[in-house]
Amino acid sequence: MISRGERLANYAILTVFAAFALFPILTVLLAALGLGESPGSGPVANFASAWEIGQFGTYLRTSLGVSAFVVVVSVLLSIMSGYAFGTMRFRGQSALFYLFLLGIMMPSEAIAVPLYFDLRTLGLTDTFWSVALPQVAMSVAFGTFWMRAYFRASSRAIVEAARIDGASVWRTLWQVLVPPARPAIVTLTLLIFMWTWNEFLIPLIMVTSESLRTAPLGLAFFQGQYTSDFTLLAAGSVIVATPVVIFYLFLQRHFIRGLLQGAVRE
Amino acid sequence: MIRSRSSFARARAGHPPGEPRRVAYLYLLPAFVVYAAFLLYPIGRAVQLSLFHWDGLSLGTWAGLDNYAAIVADEGLRDAFGHALVLIGFFAVGPLVIGLLLATILNHAKVRGLGFFRTVVFLPQVVAMVVVAVAWRRVYSADGTLNDLLGAVGLDWLARGWLGDYTFALPAVGVVGTWFETGLVTVLLLAGMSKIPIELYEAARLDGAGPVREFFAVTLPSVRGEIAVALTLTVIAALRTFDLVYITTEGGPGNSTSVPSYEVYHRAFELGQVGSAAAIGVTLTVVIFAISFVINRFADRSIT
Repeated sequence: MISRGERLANYAILTVFAAFALFPILTVLLAALGLGESPGSGPVANFASAWEIGQFGTYLRTSLGVSAFVVVVSVLLSIMSGYAFGTMRFRGQSALFYLFLLGIMMPSEAIAVPLYFDLRTLGLTDTFWSVALPQVAMSVAFGTFWMRAYFRASSRAIVEAARIDGASVWRTLWQVLVPPARPAIVTLTLLIFMWTWNEFLIPLIMVTSESLRTAPLGLAFFQGQYTSDFTLLAAGSVIVATPVVIFYLFLQRHFIRGLLQGAVRE
Repeated sequence: MIRSRSSFARARAGHPPGEPRRVAYLYLLPAFVVYAAFLLYPIGRAVQLSLFHWDGLSLGTWAGLDNYAAIVADEGLRDAFGHALVLIGFFAVGPLVIGLLLATILNHAKVRGLGFFRTVVFLPQVVAMVVVAVAWRRVYSADGTLNDLLGAVGLDWLARGWLGDYTFALPAVGVVGTWFETGLVTVLLLAGMSKIPIELYEAARLDGAGPVREFFAVTLPSVRGEIAVALTLTVIAALRTFDLVYITTEGGPGNSTSVPSYEVYHRAFELGQVGSAAAIGVTLTVVIFAISFVINRFADRSIT
């Protein structure tokens, strides 16, 4: 039913936008691989010198540690709180839920300032905890909302049956409800991993020692020092972006689908 | 099981599902403790700090609402909020228009390579904003890719250092936002459109509707919910642009690209005006709540 002209126009528009979306990313990727820049420098040399000069090994280690902690703790806590909100009734339920809901929209800019000064008083700035715990709090707000929506939709009959069989509340959660929730939990894990890995403001203000810099923070400082050498900067950028991009490319089907179901469900 | 029977009765009466259970508090407790300590308490403290003049070191002095009044009175701050409004155009309105076009094409034309295209346009969302900012700095620099492109098509006279230009720096930052958010919006809208029953389109065609009328009569009303979600996410992103501005322009040249979230950082940690920074943060939070509320109210009402 679609004319040849319309079809060609469609492909033209899509191609233009795909090019627009890829163009800045390719600029960095090509420079990092040593193409189109100074001849003689190969990709291996670029990455090796960025790794060494930029200390990206240290930054990646910090980022991995922070992300692993935030993801594991937030997902566990969100499953438990989502379970309470989604399958039980208790006094103050809706008030508490709205309280959590506020946290989803709360900009980190608003809480970062008082958090910094209070944590400084407690001597906790420039520690792993000052970077990780605020991010757990933000992720838990979203995760609670996400898991509640999932558990509410999951079958009442299954929970009832588990109860009649004598399963405890705890076992009902982990052995009955969680296994079929795997897709929802995978999407939540990826989202929290992505947000934590890419977070910038919290590590920027909380951390002064180099060993605690996360990868994006390390890149920002590296950029301040090596603005002239774009090849090196590009290699650093690729190192910082790669872990999340790999996850995304591997799981993008499930990821996008899960994201959409969660976003439009309520 | 008397309990389960009563729960069915409640379900019929329209109550939320679930048994009345005290144990719920135990399941909520760990999440709530972290949430309260690292989010609720700090926002309360932000409100408190915003009522003082404080440099972060010595004793603060009571300011009342001075810090809030300054947001209206101080030209630099007023500009910062104005810039945020401009960025909403680039981050939210632009991607919505482009996303509607792209999603309509993708939904309708059964193009090959749909999966590839969806993956590619969503990719910017996944890359750390710091990396995005580094890439675009390169594109915009005086000897950068954008100027090379302009030279290649004979528009050399347009070439400039885009991020250092008083007129063009803010739009240049905005375009990065359009680039960043378009994929997210497209994917969201595409999901909404794929749920529209094909009969609706056939009916519209039978009524003699062209592609344009079909879009306004069938497609657009069907994706109101997705539009609301997309706008909420992108408007919040526009209002919270910190890392992009911090890396690309640091608010400059002059204060032509300064935005509220950048002012929060700048004032609290570079100028030692903690009270003022807190007031901007609180105001930003209120604005975000208000806008999300209005968008979702609007979407709810137009659905029913």
